[in-house]
Amino acid sequence: MSSDARILEGIGEYKYGFQDPSEYVFKTRKGLDREIVEQISAMKGEPEWMLEFRLRALSHFNQRPMPIWGGDLSGLDMDEIFFYTKPMDKEEKSWDDVPDTIKNTFEKLGIPEAEQKFLAGVGAQYESEMVYHSIQEHLEEKGVIFKSIENGLRDHPDLFREFFSKVIPIEDNKFAALNSAVWSGGSFVYIPPGVKVDLPMQAYFRMNEADAGQFERTLIIADEGSQAHYVEGCTAPMYTTDSIHSGVIEIIVKKNARFRYTTIQNWSTNMYNLVTQRSIVHEGATMEWVDANLGSKLTMKYPSCYLVGENAHGEILSLAFAAEGQHQDTGGKIFHVAPNTTSKITSKSISKDSGRASYRGLLKVHKNAINSKSNVVCDALLLDPKSRSDTYPYIEIDEEDVTIGHEASVSKVGEEQLFYLMSRGLSEEQATGMVVSGFIEPLVRELPMEYAIEMNRLIQLQMEGSIG
Amino acid sequence: MTNLVIENLHVSINKQEILKGVNLVVEQGEVHALMGPNGTGKSTLAYALMGHPSYDVTEGKVLFNGKNIIDLEPDERSRLGIFLAFQYPVAIPGVSVANFLRTAINARRKADNNEEKGIPIPQFRRLLKEKMDLLQMDHAFAGRYLNEGFSGGEKKRAEILQMATLQPEIAILDETDSGLDIDALRIVSDGVNVLRNENLGVLVITHYQRILNYIKPEFVHIMLDGRIVESGGPELAIHLEEHGYDYLRKKTGSAAA
Repeated sequence: MSSDARILEGIGEYKYGFQDPSEYVFKTRKGLDREIVEQISAMKGEPEWMLEFRLRALSHFNQRPMPIWGGDLSGLDMDEIFFYTKPMDKEEKSWDDVPDTIKNTFEKLGIPEAEQKFLAGVGAQYESEMVYHSIQEHLEEKGVIFKSIENGLRDHPDLFREFFSKVIPIEDNKFAALNSAVWSGGSFVYIPPGVKVDLPMQAYFRMNEADAGQFERTLIIADEGSQAHYVEGCTAPMYTTDSIHSGVIEIIVKKNARFRYTTIQNWSTNMYNLVTQRSIVHEGATMEWVDANLGSKLTMKYPSCYLVGENAHGEILSLAFAAEGQHQDTGGKIFHVAPNTTSKITSKSISKDSGRASYRGLLKVHKNAINSKSNVVCDALLLDPKSRSDTYPYIEIDEEDVTIGHEASVSKVGEEQLFYLMSRGLSEEQATGMVVSGFIEPLVRELPMEYAIEMNRLIQLQMEGSIG
Repeated sequence: MTNLVIENLHVSINKQEILKGVNLVVEQGEVHALMGPNGTGKSTLAYALMGHPSYDVTEGKVLFNGKNIIDLEPDERSRLGIFLAFQYPVAIPGVSVANFLRTAINARRKADNNEEKGIPIPQFRRLLKEKMDLLQMDHAFAGRYLNEGFSGGEKKRAEILQMATLQPEIAILDETDSGLDIDALRIVSDGVNVLRNENLGVLVITHYQRILNYIKPEFVHIMLDGRIVESGGPELAIHLEEHGYDYLRKKTGSAAA
């Protein structure tokens, strides 16, 4: 497609705003109550304990008030949402068996036949259910489990139950409770000890029905000495009534393991994206969150690391892009619980056209977490006088023998930078785009190549049509 | 025949008039030197020629190949074939020299032809290597972030590399020698000399005569209080070196700086 066509598509329109005619087998009625939760659990054929878990969560959800900090949730009407839809009778392993409408969706999103060099396996969510999932042979041979969360529960009940909800309890926050009640779809990943997965595991999902809630639940266990990278990227079409995505991602990184979880979120701008992501990092292990938030009306997301073992390392690399009508309230949380632990948070935010990007982060060092070292850098770039950036750093240090650094900067695209770039033949738009690209470079270079390319293209598109 | 014709140019910044009627013609294939004491308007001329938004042209014209470019944006002027080597090049963090140059090349190609997909990467790599070899630059330089952490000499060489890659018709070098030691000066000058050809017109703006030992001009002009007060051949620069600017001030009746 010529770049001009892209520009025209991008201006004022959400370019992925397409829909498939709905092809549904089962859908709960709008709103949320006990009966609906029971229906969901029955549809999935879950064990009793899981139904009880869901019902407890529902009860907690109902009791818990809406949070009054962060973003504005007043536009969210729970009574208007479909909390569960199921597009197919059974999950298929072969690409050939996937229905055409669903294949078309993947085509439009640019996901070709998944078993290619760059993918170890694909889990794809379509309307709250894993539709297609396949794992390459060599992963299965290594004992790596990469399944839908439902199949994880069904096929590995003990392993599942050992870790499920141990990282994020029902009571953690209202939306974790919601997810716990109505979760559907997501991934279950287990990497056996010592196994290194060289290719990133990817998962895509999208929503295609007005008012359908998206409640994916992911549970990842990286056993001792293992190494893997999980990437999730998602898009959703645009609607006039608001949608919600409330995911929960729990990750356990055992001794000396290394795990990275990358998200590129580009939800349409009517979506409330409220996600709880947390990891427990054991001795000598490393957990890295790479979190890019480009879309949604409001995102509240703070990937977290609990450094519970000595020499554990946690890192959060966060990018937020807020354009008109968007509020990104993002950042991360690090808890130094054990001694000799290290952490790093790097947050880059860009605001334009009265968009609002807020960094919200917590750094907590427990007593006896001696010799902890942490550095937080948050940089904000404001592209015009209407845009807004906030920084809410929370720092709680209960131990003296630590090294903590925090730096924050706010900048705008300099007139001299623009002039310099324009004097080389770049238009003002292109020059701004270039400065922005350079600003996010530390994050983009951590993405798998095809994502890096996509990310840069998305940013450039945002720049085009933004001047004037 | 490419030329740059500056006619009675008056330029103000913050309503303060700096250029008070500059006249100058630079033809293809010629090297002109513009000298003058600090604060006299030399850099103002450079910035005004490139179209910096803070500089107001209150009177006069700048004709590039017969076309008045006063109302054109800096990028339009660049694409016409004008290049400015900055005195203090600004840093663009996170953007590599290679990435930047490829984007600049593609900006030109797309401006000429909307359907243009951009220079193929292998072709670009060859072009960049060729230019870097011409300028005796280490190839690793291309991966560094533009002007970030560059020494003075590296910044000036990066400017000349850009000039070599973008192949302008008129190049303005704004105090390219400032902040350079002898070795760096020679390297930068060699770079400019290697690019000299009958298609390129160069305006070397400098305070000191020294660079003109390396980049030998055909014409030397001296600016004082916002006007060109004397023009001549290369010997004029040497004369200036020996006598300083005072002789000119006396001659033109200008106030001492």
